[in-house]
Amino acid sequence: MVAFIVRRLLGAVGLLLIISAVTFSIFFLVPRAAGVSSDDLAGRFAGKQPDAVTLAAIKDRFGFDDPIPVQYGKYIKAIVVGDTYDTGTEKIDCPAPCMGYSFRTNQPVFDQIVDRTPITLMIALGAAVMWVLAGVSIGVLSALRRGTIFDRMAMAVALAGVSLPVFFTGLLSLAFVVHKWELLPEVNYGGLGDNPFNLLLPWICLAFLYAALYARLTRAGMLETMNEDYIRTARAKGLSEKTVVVKHGLRASLTPIMTVFGLDLGLLLGGAIITEKTFSIPGLGQLALDGVNQSDLPVVLGATMVAALFIVLANLVVDILYGVVDPRVRHS
Amino acid sequence: MADKRPAELIDGPGEQKDGAAAGAPSAFLEVRDLKIHFPTDDGLVKSVDGLSFQLERGRTLGIVGESGSGKSVTSLGILGLHNRRNARVSGQIWLDGAELVGASADDVRRLRGRKMAMIFQDPLSAMHPFYTVGHQIIEAYRVHNDVSKQVARKHAIDMLGKVGIPKPQQRVDDFPHQFSGGMRQRAMIAMALSCDPELLIADEPTTALDVTVQAQILDLIRDLQQEFNSAIIMITHDLGVVAELSDDILVMYAGRCAEYAAVEDAFHRPLHPYTWGLLGSMPRLDRERSERLMPIKGTPPSLINVPDGCAFNPRCAYKDLTDGKSIAERPELRELEPGHRAACHIPLEKRREIWNDEIAPKL
Amino acid sequence: MRSPKVVTGAAAGFVALSLGLSACGGGDDEGEKGGTGKFDAASTAVVNPSDHKGGVLKMAQPDDFESLDPADIYYAYGLNFVRLFSRNLMTYAAKPGIAGAEMVPDLAEAKGVATDGGKTWTYKLKRGVKYEDGTEIKAKDIKYAVGRTFDRAVLHNGPSYFPQLLDAEGYKGAFKDKNLDNFKGVEVPDDYTVVFKLKAPFSEFDQVVGFSGQTAPVPADKDKGIRYGMHPVSSGPYKLEGDYQPKKGGTLVRNPNWDPATDPNRKQLPDKIEVQSGLKAEEIDSRVIAGTVHVDLPGTGVQAAARQEILTKPKLKGNADNPLAGFHWFIPINTKNIPNIECRKAIIYGADRSAMFRAYGGDVGGEMSTSIQPPNIPGREKGTDFYTKADKTYTGDPAQAKASLAKCGKPDGFSTTMIYRSDRPKEKATAEALKQGLDKIGIKLELKGYPSGTYTNEQLGAPKFMDKEKIGLGTYGWAPDWNTGYGYLQPLTDEKAITPTGNVNVEDLRDPEINKKWNDVAGITDAAQRAKIYNEIDQSAREQATILPNVYAKSLLFRPSNLTNVYFHAGYGMYDYASLGVTG
Repeated sequence: MVAFIVRRLLGAVGLLLIISAVTFSIFFLVPRAAGVSSDDLAGRFAGKQPDAVTLAAIKDRFGFDDPIPVQYGKYIKAIVVGDTYDTGTEKIDCPAPCMGYSFRTNQPVFDQIVDRTPITLMIALGAAVMWVLAGVSIGVLSALRRGTIFDRMAMAVALAGVSLPVFFTGLLSLAFVVHKWELLPEVNYGGLGDNPFNLLLPWICLAFLYAALYARLTRAGMLETMNEDYIRTARAKGLSEKTVVVKHGLRASLTPIMTVFGLDLGLLLGGAIITEKTFSIPGLGQLALDGVNQSDLPVVLGATMVAALFIVLANLVVDILYGVVDPRVRHS
Repeated sequence: MADKRPAELIDGPGEQKDGAAAGAPSAFLEVRDLKIHFPTDDGLVKSVDGLSFQLERGRTLGIVGESGSGKSVTSLGILGLHNRRNARVSGQIWLDGAELVGASADDVRRLRGRKMAMIFQDPLSAMHPFYTVGHQIIEAYRVHNDVSKQVARKHAIDMLGKVGIPKPQQRVDDFPHQFSGGMRQRAMIAMALSCDPELLIADEPTTALDVTVQAQILDLIRDLQQEFNSAIIMITHDLGVVAELSDDILVMYAGRCAEYAAVEDAFHRPLHPYTWGLLGSMPRLDRERSERLMPIKGTPPSLINVPDGCAFNPRCAYKDLTDGKSIAERPELRELEPGHRAACHIPLEKRREIWNDEIAPKL
Repeated sequence: MRSPKVVTGAAAGFVALSLGLSACGGGDDEGEKGGTGKFDAASTAVVNPSDHKGGVLKMAQPDDFESLDPADIYYAYGLNFVRLFSRNLMTYAAKPGIAGAEMVPDLAEAKGVATDGGKTWTYKLKRGVKYEDGTEIKAKDIKYAVGRTFDRAVLHNGPSYFPQLLDAEGYKGAFKDKNLDNFKGVEVPDDYTVVFKLKAPFSEFDQVVGFSGQTAPVPADKDKGIRYGMHPVSSGPYKLEGDYQPKKGGTLVRNPNWDPATDPNRKQLPDKIEVQSGLKAEEIDSRVIAGTVHVDLPGTGVQAAARQEILTKPKLKGNADNPLAGFHWFIPINTKNIPNIECRKAIIYGADRSAMFRAYGGDVGGEMSTSIQPPNIPGREKGTDFYTKADKTYTGDPAQAKASLAKCGKPDGFSTTMIYRSDRPKEKATAEALKQGLDKIGIKLELKGYPSGTYTNEQLGAPKFMDKEKIGLGTYGWAPDWNTGYGYLQPLTDEKAITPTGNVNVEDLRDPEINKKWNDVAGITDAAQRAKIYNEIDQSAREQATILPNVYAKSLLFRPSNLTNVYFHAGYGMYDYASLGVTG
C-alpha cells in the first residue's frame, strides 16, 4: 500500500511538471504564434500610452525577453529551491515552494493560493454534504418507489437539475431570493472568519446541479443492487427492510458513487469557477480566472497546478478508499 | 429406503372448495392452491398456478423441474420474498398453524430466518461481498436473538465448525470471496441454520459444486436435518439429489404440479410422461454414457397466455393417445394410487404399459 | 437599514428558486427601494447635502485597483479613490459641474508659480499638515515621491509624465539611487518649498501635478517599493485599517491627524469606508439599488439589466444621474491606410449619424458630437460640423460622398477594414451602422472584432498592427488624463504622441502645423489663449477628415437614497468619492 501511494505521488509530480510546461507554453508560445510581441505583453501591465522606457523596464522585470525555456527553468527552480523578490526597497525571500509573485498584485502566488483554498474548500464541502445527502436519499427513495409519482417527479427535477448550470440558477436565485424577496442574505464570503451560512445560496445552487446527477446515479445503482442475490439473502434472513436497503443495498451502490464523488470534489477543489464567479466569492477559481483575464502567468500557473494537484490527490484517495470499501479489491 | 408416501392426502386444486374455510391443517407446512402471478407489459406471467402440497417435520420434499417451471418462485413465495407490488400471490400457505399469504409483511419477516430459512443456489452472489462471512451470520442470528455481539460471534464460529469449516475462529473474519466454492456453500448453510429453522428450503444447494463436494454437502444437510428435525424442501433439477435425500417428490411443469408422489413411487412407477423424460435425462453413474441420456425434446412453454389443454402437450411423445383431449382440456391432478398423483390425459393402464415396456428398460 | 429575512434550510431555497422560475414573467413590485430624488440632479448640484458624521460607506468593484500606491495608478476611479488617504500638491476642485475640472491647491498653498519661461515650477507647502502617524509632511517627501516614479520597472502602472518632463537626465529612480541629491529634477530649498525643473516649458504643469497621485508625499522610511500599495501612509481624511488585500478589498478608518482646516476639498463623514473587490458588476448594481452597497467604484455606469430597470421605474429613475462622462465615442480614420483626404471625407459624408447615435443608446447613451473635445472641457467650443451634421435625423449625404469619391479618383468606392471591440455590443452596432451607411455609396467595410483586453494596446493602439492589417477605421473612445484641451487632444493629434503600443493617435496624424501648435502652446501661460489654440487644433483635425465625430458618452449612475453629498465630478467623470457620507 505504501509503495502504491509513493508510486502514485511520484507520478503526480511528473504530471504536474507536464501540466506546468503545457500551461507555460499556452501562455507564451500560443500568443507569440498569434503575433503578440513581448512589447504587447509588457503593454498589458503598463498604464495608458506606455513609452518605450516603461515597456523595456517591464520586460526586464518580468523577464519577457528571456528565451522561454530559460523562463520556465527559472520558474521550476524557484519551486524547488526558492527565490528572492525585489520590491524596489528590499529583497524579499521566497522560500521553496516559491511559485513566484503575481505580476498584478505583487503577492506571492503561494500565499494567495493558501488564502483562497479554504474558501473554495468551504464552497465545495458545504455543497458536497448537501448534494450527497439530498442526491443519495432521493435516489434511494426513487429506486424503491420505482415507477411511482414520486419517482417520476424526482427524476424530472433531477433532469432539470443536471440541465441547469449554476450561472443560471445562481443568477436567478440572486435576483429573486436575495434581491427581490430578501429571503436569504447577500452572499458575502471572503474567508474562514466569515459566517459560513453566507454560502447557503451557492451551496444550494451547486448542490442542486450535483444532487440531480447523484440522484440519477444512486437510483440506477440501487435498482441494480436491489436485484442482487445477496439482497434476497438479506431479506431471507428476516432483516428489516431498512437494514436491507441501507446496510446491504446502499452500501454496495455507494462504491461507484464514491468514485464519481471523489473526482467531482477534486475538480471543485481546484476552483468552483462558475459558482465563484456567479456569487462573487474569492476562491481559487476566481483567482485563476482573474489570472487568465489579466495575463498574470504566475497566478495562472499556480492555480492550474493546484487544481491538477487536487484532482490527482482525489484520484489517489478514491483508489485507496476503493480498497477500504470493497474487500475484493483489497485482496486482489 | 423405506416406503414413504405423503403423510396426508391432500385435496387437489380441482377438488378444493374453499381454501380459507378449510381452517388450519394439521400438517407442519401445507400449501393450498398457491398462485403466484406477475403482471408484465406483455401479459400476466403465471409462474405458479395452483400448487398444493404438504410437509411434516423431519421429512424432505424434493421439488424438481426444468428452469422456469416455478420451483424457485414457489420457495420464495413460501418465504414471502416476492415484492407485493409486482407479484400477485393467492392461495394459502400454512406454517405450523399460521397462514402466511394473508399475514402482514412484518409478521412474515419475523418468521424468516428463524422459523424458515433458505439456502441459496450460488453462494458467491448470494452473500454480500462487502461483509465478512462471520458478520453475515452474526447479523442473521442477532436479528432474531437478543444477544451481544460476542455471544453471536461465538455462535457463528460454532455454526461454521458444525458445517465442517476448518479453523472457524479464523475463517469467521474472512470475506465470501476468500472461501472456496464448497466452503462458501457450507457457510451459507451455517447462516441459514443459525437460528435453528424448522423449515429449511434448499434451492439447488449443490449445483455449482463438483461431485465430491456435492456429496459432502448433501451429507451435511441430512445430518443437520437429523439433528434439528427440520422439514426440508429441496429444490433441484437433479433427480439424483432428490433420490438421495427426499421422502416425497413433486414434479413441476409450467407452474403446475405434473406428478406428486413418494420418491419410491415416482422413480419406479412414474405416471407422467414428463417424469419419464426427466428420468430419461438423468445421468447415472452405473450406465454407459451413450445409452443414458434421452433429453426431452422442445423447450418449456411461455408462462404468458398459457393455452388451454395440457401444458406438456407440445413436447409429449404420447399426445396422440389422448384422443385430442390434451389440446382441449387441462388434465387434473388426480390421485391414481394411494399417495400418488399425476396430471395426464393418457389412460392409466396405457401409461403403466408404456412405462413398463418402453421407458423403464432403457433407463 | 433593512435586514433580510433569513430563512435557513435547503428546502426553502429550492422552493424559493422554483417560485422564482414561475414568477419570472410577471410581478412589478418596486417595494421600498429607491427614493424620491430627481433624475439627473447630481449632474449639476450636490444631492442630499449633509454634515452627518458616522456610518459605514460601502464601495464595491468587479476587478481591483491597479494598486493603492497613489503613484502607481492611472485609472480615474482609482485616482478619485486614493484621495481619501493621499493629498497631492494640487487636486481637482470639489465642485459639481464643469467647475470640478479646475485644478486647485491641495498640499500647496497656491497654484504653481512658473518662472524661467515655464521651465521652473515652484510650489509652497501648507505648514503643519501631518501623516497618519502625526509627523509633519515636508518638501523632501514630495521630492522622494516624484523620484520613485522614475523607476518604471517597479511602478509601471502610473503615468510617466515626470520622467518625460523633468530635467533629470540619467536618474534611475529613488529605488536604485537612494541619494536624493542625485535627483536634479526636483529641488527642495527648504522644508516647505518644492521646485520642479523641466526640460522644456510646459504650461499645464499644475494639471500634471494634480491629476494623478504622483505628488502625494511618501515617507522614505515607510516605503515598501512595489508593495507600498498594500498600506500607503495616509495624508488624507482616512487611513487603511491593516493591509489592503488585493482582489478582496480593505477598510479605511478615520485619520485623526487629518486637519479639515487645511483641506477644503475633502470631507470626513463616515466612520468607516469598506471596499469589496471581485463582486460581479450585475451584483453591485443590485446592491447599489438596494442600498446595501453605496458606490459602484468604477463609476462607468450600471449594466444593461439595471439600466433597463432604472429607466422604466420612476422611483429608481429619480435616484439616477445621466451626466456626460467625459468620453467621446468617435471613429478615427487612419491617414496612412486612407491617405487621400477626399476618400476620408467620403466616409464622413456617407456616415449614418442617426443610426450610429442610436447604437450608443440614444439620448440616455449620449449626445451627438461636433467637436472632438467633449463639452466638460473648460474653454471647449462646440465647433462647426465638417462634412456631417450632428442631427438625430441625419442619415448621411450620399451626393456629397459620391462627389468626394470622384475627387479621390475612386468613383465606384473602395474597400477597407474597420475594427471594434467584439465584447462591446454598442461598438459592434456602431460599426454595423457605419458599414450599412457606407455600403450605399460603394465603400465596403470589412468588420473585425477584437477583445477589449488587447484592443487598445495590441490592435487599434499598435501602429504596426494597423499597418500590417491595413485598417482604415476603428471604434474608439478616449478619456483624457486631465480635463483640458491639451489633455484631450494632444495624445490624439500630436505626432510626438505616437507610441508603439497603447497608441492614441490612431489617425496617425503627422501634421507639421498641428505639431508646431503643440510645441508653442506649452509656453503659453494664459489658459484662455491655450483653449483657443486647442479649438483650432480640434477644428483642423476634423477638417482633414481624420476623425468622424459620433457621440459624447453619457453614463447612467445610481445613487442610493442613503448616500449623502453626492455630485458628479467633471474631473473624474463620476461621483466625487472624497465628499460622500451615509445616513443612519
